[in-house]
Amino acid sequence: MSRYLLRRLLIAIPVLAGISLVLFTILALAPGDPLGEAATNANVPPEIQARIREQFGLNDPLPIRYARWFTAMVKGDWGYSFVSRVDVGTLILQRLPTTLFVLGSAQLLGLLVALPIGVYSAMRPYSVFDQIATTFAFIGFSLPTFFTGILFILFFSIYLDWLPFIYRADISATGWRWYWEHARQAVMPVAVLGLFQGASLTRYIRSSVLEVIRLDYINTARAKGLSEKTTILKHVVRNALIPVVTLVALQIPAIFTGAVITEQIFRVPGIGSLLITSILANDTPVIMAITFVFSGLVVLFNLIADLLYGWLDPRISYR
Amino acid sequence: MAPNGATSEAVPGEIALVVGRGTESLWTETWRRFRRHRLAIFGAFVLTLMVLAVLLGPFVYRVPINEIDFKAKLKAPTWTHPLGTDDLGQDVLARMLYGGRISLAVGVAAMLIGISVGTGVGAAAGQMGGAIDHTLMRITDLFLSLPQLPLLLLIVYLFRDALTKSLGPEAGVFILIVVVIGGFRWMPVARLVRAQFLSLREKEFVEAARGLGAAPLRQVVRHILPNALGPVIVAGTIDVAGAIIAESSLSFLGLGFPPDIPTWGRILFDAKDNLDFAPHWAIFPGTAIFLTVLSINYIGDGLRDALDPRKVLS
Repeated sequence: MSRYLLRRLLIAIPVLAGISLVLFTILALAPGDPLGEAATNANVPPEIQARIREQFGLNDPLPIRYARWFTAMVKGDWGYSFVSRVDVGTLILQRLPTTLFVLGSAQLLGLLVALPIGVYSAMRPYSVFDQIATTFAFIGFSLPTFFTGILFILFFSIYLDWLPFIYRADISATGWRWYWEHARQAVMPVAVLGLFQGASLTRYIRSSVLEVIRLDYINTARAKGLSEKTTILKHVVRNALIPVVTLVALQIPAIFTGAVITEQIFRVPGIGSLLITSILANDTPVIMAITFVFSGLVVLFNLIADLLYGWLDPRISYR
Repeated sequence: MAPNGATSEAVPGEIALVVGRGTESLWTETWRRFRRHRLAIFGAFVLTLMVLAVLLGPFVYRVPINEIDFKAKLKAPTWTHPLGTDDLGQDVLARMLYGGRISLAVGVAAMLIGISVGTGVGAAAGQMGGAIDHTLMRITDLFLSLPQLPLLLLIVYLFRDALTKSLGPEAGVFILIVVVIGGFRWMPVARLVRAQFLSLREKEFVEAARGLGAAPLRQVVRHILPNALGPVIVAGTIDVAGAIIAESSLSFLGLGFPPDIPTWGRILFDAKDNLDFAPHWAIFPGTAIFLTVLSINYIGDGLRDALDPRKVLS
């Protein structure tokens, strides 16, 4: 297992390097001068401009600049925000836990919804339950997160007035009340994201279970007298989850897309909404750093998916 | 692409005549299977309505999209304004009909880019094999693991000003958004096409074509590609929905089209801060996006069933 982990880690490095190369290429191709205003300001004489360029290594060949940028990015040396004059690293670290909390709970919710529904649907294909579940799953993943978010706000916050629609990080209550307030404000963003995830997960799980459930070893399991519960949980679900993990891993970038939008709708103070505010404020260092963090998260979650894979199907880790 | 379909096209020479006579054309057969998928027919119907409304609507419903009328601002639907008005008193229906054109056009254009790049990459990888295949597939994997929305936002942020300056605000933003969205949607198609190529390339009919001296390009264009088309059509259909959502997301975040080009996502962006007193303003464009995406997904589902050769036709 540890050798498998090591191999996966070694694969993650070139992927991260590749993503960063794409990022850097976009940045290098972008119009505009890195000196910004200083380049057009008549008060800055050309020789000083040249010296600044020399000092920051802007005249070096691109590969060297890329190497320098990449090492700085990996070391977490992301510069200062143009707008708030705060170290970008601190800014992101403040926001990252909220994002991960919302994303994590949403994934969990999605799985909790999708797993029983998907498995039950596949056990009775084309039954009434299956047809209702499939229809809802179809509707669920055709509903864009930004519209579900708006509908949730309209219904739960404005019509029923049950839930707050602005997420606050600075809740002053203490003790149980603090947890209660946090849970209340997290319900809608987590539900929007989780149900969207759950919808596509349900489809994956259903079709995957359908493939597995008619295999011979399931018949064998039943024939040797295992209970239906053991057969389904230990033999069907575990094997059916293997392709599901692959599909989920492929979906991770899309999950982040949903996260950015949900954070923006509910004003969740995570890195997604920070990204939008920074773009609207032309805060380039923060934008670059957040995009890089998102890439890092994609690689990290792919790694986790690989580990899950190794756990679900031990044969993989011995190869 | 041959109109008489892949089954008869696949076998060159005289055999084609023999086989071609008895079988019906691929597209008639596909249509027959597609018709049996009720929800797909429903989707096709709704989508046709949408497209017709968006194309012909502005000629029938001649209310200007930017007529500001503060007396009628944030009004719920009435007979003069069937879908209500926004915060400037502009007619929401007129704006939706106009913006819908852009939303749908972005979807189709981005899909075409995605499909072309994907087919190109997949065909090159599948046909050439070896180092080229390996490199192209690593690039595909890399693109698959890029965080799309953050990157889309980054690119739009970096390039928007330069493009609007050189091409004008409308064309500039349109081209930028279409290229960027299409540029991030080709990877699944590339994988599909490559997989198809790998299996089709070894099939007897391609071997026969090779044996008869068809040049590699002819083998690809005439024999392999038409047969690899089914999954690509399905992927392309669903891609339109994905691209529409992507454009709406960008516009919804305020980073897509400018306010004078009211795509559905853009209307939602303007509407989202007035939810408590003008819910209609958000509900109508949101429903339009949802219905379009749902219809396209159902059509895709129907096409998948219709084009899947493993499904035995009864």
